[in-house]
Amino acid sequence: MTRYPRWKFYLLMAVFFVCGLYALPNLYPDVPAIQITSADAGGEVSANTQARVLQTLDDAELAHGEGEIIGTSWLVRLDSNEAQLRAKEMAEKMLGANYVVALNLAPTTPDWLRSIGASPMNLGLDLRGGVHFLIQVDVNAAIESRLEAWTGEVKLLLKDAGIRYRDVEVTERTRPDGEVERGLKITVAEEASAEDAATLITSKLNEFSFKDTDDLVETVELILTPQAIKSIQDYAVDQNRTSLNNRVNELGVGEPVVQREGADRIVVQLPGIQDAAQARRILGRTATLEFRLVAHEFGAGRAATGIAPPGTEIFPFKGGGRPVILRKQAIVTGDEVTNAQMGFDAQSGTPEVNITLDGTGARQMQRITGKNVGNPMGVLFVETKTEVERYVDEDGARQIRNNTTTEKYVINVATIQDTLGSRFRITGLDSPAEAAELALLLRSGSLAAPMFIIEERTIGPSLGADNIKAGFNSMMLGMALVLAFMAIWYKVFGLVANIALLGNLVIIVGVMSLIPGATLTLPGIAGIVLTVGMAVDANVLIFEQIKQSLKNGLTPLQAIDAGFERAFSTIVDANITTIIAAVILFAAGTGTVQGFAVTLFIGILTSMFTAIVGTRSIIELIYGRAGRAPSKLSI
Amino acid sequence: MSVLKDFNFMRARYLFGAISAALVIGSLVLLFTRGLNLGLDFTGGTLIEVHSVEDIALENARSALDDSPFSGAVLQHFGSAHDMVVRVAPQQDIQADLVGQLVFEELQKSMPELELRRVEFVGPQVGDELRDESGLALLMALGMMLIYVWIRFSNKFGVAAVAALFHDVIVVVGVFSLFQWQVDLTVLAALLALIGYSINDSIVIADYVRDTFRSSRLTDPAEVVNDAIRQTLGRTINTALTTWLVVLALQFFGGEAVHGFSLAMSIGVLIGTYSSIYIVCSIALAMNMTKDDFIVVEVSKDDFDEMP
Repeated sequence: MTRYPRWKFYLLMAVFFVCGLYALPNLYPDVPAIQITSADAGGEVSANTQARVLQTLDDAELAHGEGEIIGTSWLVRLDSNEAQLRAKEMAEKMLGANYVVALNLAPTTPDWLRSIGASPMNLGLDLRGGVHFLIQVDVNAAIESRLEAWTGEVKLLLKDAGIRYRDVEVTERTRPDGEVERGLKITVAEEASAEDAATLITSKLNEFSFKDTDDLVETVELILTPQAIKSIQDYAVDQNRTSLNNRVNELGVGEPVVQREGADRIVVQLPGIQDAAQARRILGRTATLEFRLVAHEFGAGRAATGIAPPGTEIFPFKGGGRPVILRKQAIVTGDEVTNAQMGFDAQSGTPEVNITLDGTGARQMQRITGKNVGNPMGVLFVETKTEVERYVDEDGARQIRNNTTTEKYVINVATIQDTLGSRFRITGLDSPAEAAELALLLRSGSLAAPMFIIEERTIGPSLGADNIKAGFNSMMLGMALVLAFMAIWYKVFGLVANIALLGNLVIIVGVMSLIPGATLTLPGIAGIVLTVGMAVDANVLIFEQIKQSLKNGLTPLQAIDAGFERAFSTIVDANITTIIAAVILFAAGTGTVQGFAVTLFIGILTSMFTAIVGTRSIIELIYGRAGRAPSKLSI
Repeated sequence: MSVLKDFNFMRARYLFGAISAALVIGSLVLLFTRGLNLGLDFTGGTLIEVHSVEDIALENARSALDDSPFSGAVLQHFGSAHDMVVRVAPQQDIQADLVGQLVFEELQKSMPELELRRVEFVGPQVGDELRDESGLALLMALGMMLIYVWIRFSNKFGVAAVAALFHDVIVVVGVFSLFQWQVDLTVLAALLALIGYSINDSIVIADYVRDTFRSSRLTDPAEVVNDAIRQTLGRTINTALTTWLVVLALQFFGGEAVHGFSLAMSIGVLIGTYSSIYIVCSIALAMNMTKDDFIVVEVSKDDFDEMP
């Protein structure tokens, strides 16, 4: 046998076999499919529904697969993209609002591969098409509204403790070090009670710390602690992420990503989505409803003056109708809505939204409407919009600020006919589409803080397919050129290096498929192409050393040993620096560029392995057999 | 090849040093006068790519946008006459993330056959952040390389290698400034990959210089460096060639999305190869690199014993 340690052969074979096995699924292309999910969170698709869908497809003579359960959803494979679109339409029409039908791709990985957990590489949005959003959550607005809520709480606490106060207000100031301090300022009636107030509030509400102010003794300043700010932020971002998640699920997208990024941002990725405009509208909207009593004791004339009587507010009616005076306090808000479904009025056929309230909301609704039968109630639509504005401040520096505007209008006023409970409906909507969207927004929950899209990347499906083609073509061409060069220049050794290079490609694909988080992007393919070009460097170094050693008079076998040995530390040194560059790029880059960093990193590691262990093993097989020491090397 | 093998590389180092200095100064002047044509990633704004089965006449598209709020948009064919990109600077009076859709709708009014291929919107704050982070990433990469080479070789070689990296990055960026090619995130990726590639080259030569100092009879540093360069020349050229081949394949067949990347890489590989031969060794020689710089000082046991 050979002089080379046997375990290295086995290691090589094992790595190649495992990676090759896990790279296999990439050879089976995905097929179009429709994915059906219950509209109720956690609900499953019943066997009855499955049978009905398959029957409908049979009736339309669409070839389809058996259907399979994946998680809580149910997937049916179809032949072509056209069949997929038709099937989606038919399924939507048949199932109505109770199920969400999404377009998806189903892997065709054979069962035996799936049973060992093998699956194809994840493709980035630039390769499969889709939408990427980066959404900024305006956490400051969340902090402000939380502080507003606390002023009421503090007033109550002071009242209960018998401390008389003049005012409780929200404060905000920028410290010299640039940090913004937020908190409450309590102005007490008597100087003596200032300290009592401070002790009382900080003992009851541990979110605040007491701030000494020596100039005015009748005021107490309470500052929000950093922990409290962080917890408000976390709550706001998580709440927004949850409702975004709900909305994304409603949109019907296969394999969506909704992830928190950094302190106050959320990434949303919707692969394969066709209508980016609709996605944007639904994700970005911060609409909710409030139900309020109409202050009917004031006539329409009073509303027209625009001056609201105490305890009331004037709102325009939708579409420029007459303004309406509503009481300031809401009976229930969108937060207490547990379910909302679009429907149609049985008589008039106009769209409506059927609403279900939670326990608290239902009790509140019952109590107030019970006392107000015969009085009118208004449905107020509240939407917050945020826009980014660039301006130049007094010092001439460029600045950015967000303008948040809240739009509120009344969409419906109706007389309370009877005591309302947990279920009722609202009308006054223009179109089924508007009703459906409002129902969706109410279902998915309100946002704890306004948010706005700060980055969007939409890739059409045809561009994605073109990108795959371009990436594949350039990789094949680059590969072919390198293989040809190596074979011509280094002859047999060049061919050995080429085998190692091809093996390296299989291992990269296998490793990329094995790591669940790794995603292949177009720059990622560029990274693979680049590592192909750079991977031969290790072999070039080794071969040049062997040539040099031969020239220095060593025998062929000694030269092989010396070549590998001397080149080893150089190869490691040289590759570590590229690994450092890849790590930094991964940390600094975003999205697709990170894909480049990932493939570069993996490619460097695998190429070192194949170039050192791989080529060595093959060369030993050719030249290293005992008793057949070569007198010449083809290098 | 044999001509090159006998070539006295280090004799010509003053000439090439002057050329490099001129290149770096020229690039810096260009950077400060012409600046860079920063892409959407760094400036913020909106980019819309559309595709049509027929040729797209830019004049038609232009006039379609003239009456809209997007009259300031920049239109360009993209790769072929069937494709067009529209770039819109950040606007104040329109909700920024809607610009892409609105522009496409305007275009579709006069050209209904258009297909929307891609929309990229980058908010102003994201653009600013990416710009800062990218600069920081480049500096960090250079710093890490300095530390690594410093530890592994000698401080003089470390300084020289990192100086060569600065040289490479500045010259590539200078070329981008000269031709006003667009700099986007993929160009940044290329610059970082280039840093990895170029230092790789320098390290290989450094390795040989170290070996030659240790093993050969040569004592004159310039002779040692010459010998090391001659020994590595075959490897240097072959690796540069294979890398260059794949980068060219990317440039011509990889599509527009990696165009900036492959452009920066293809220039960078040439510059990086040249600099690791000339700049690194010249600077190391200028700093009076000697055999002693490569000999690791042995730490005697007594030193440890004295420690408390």
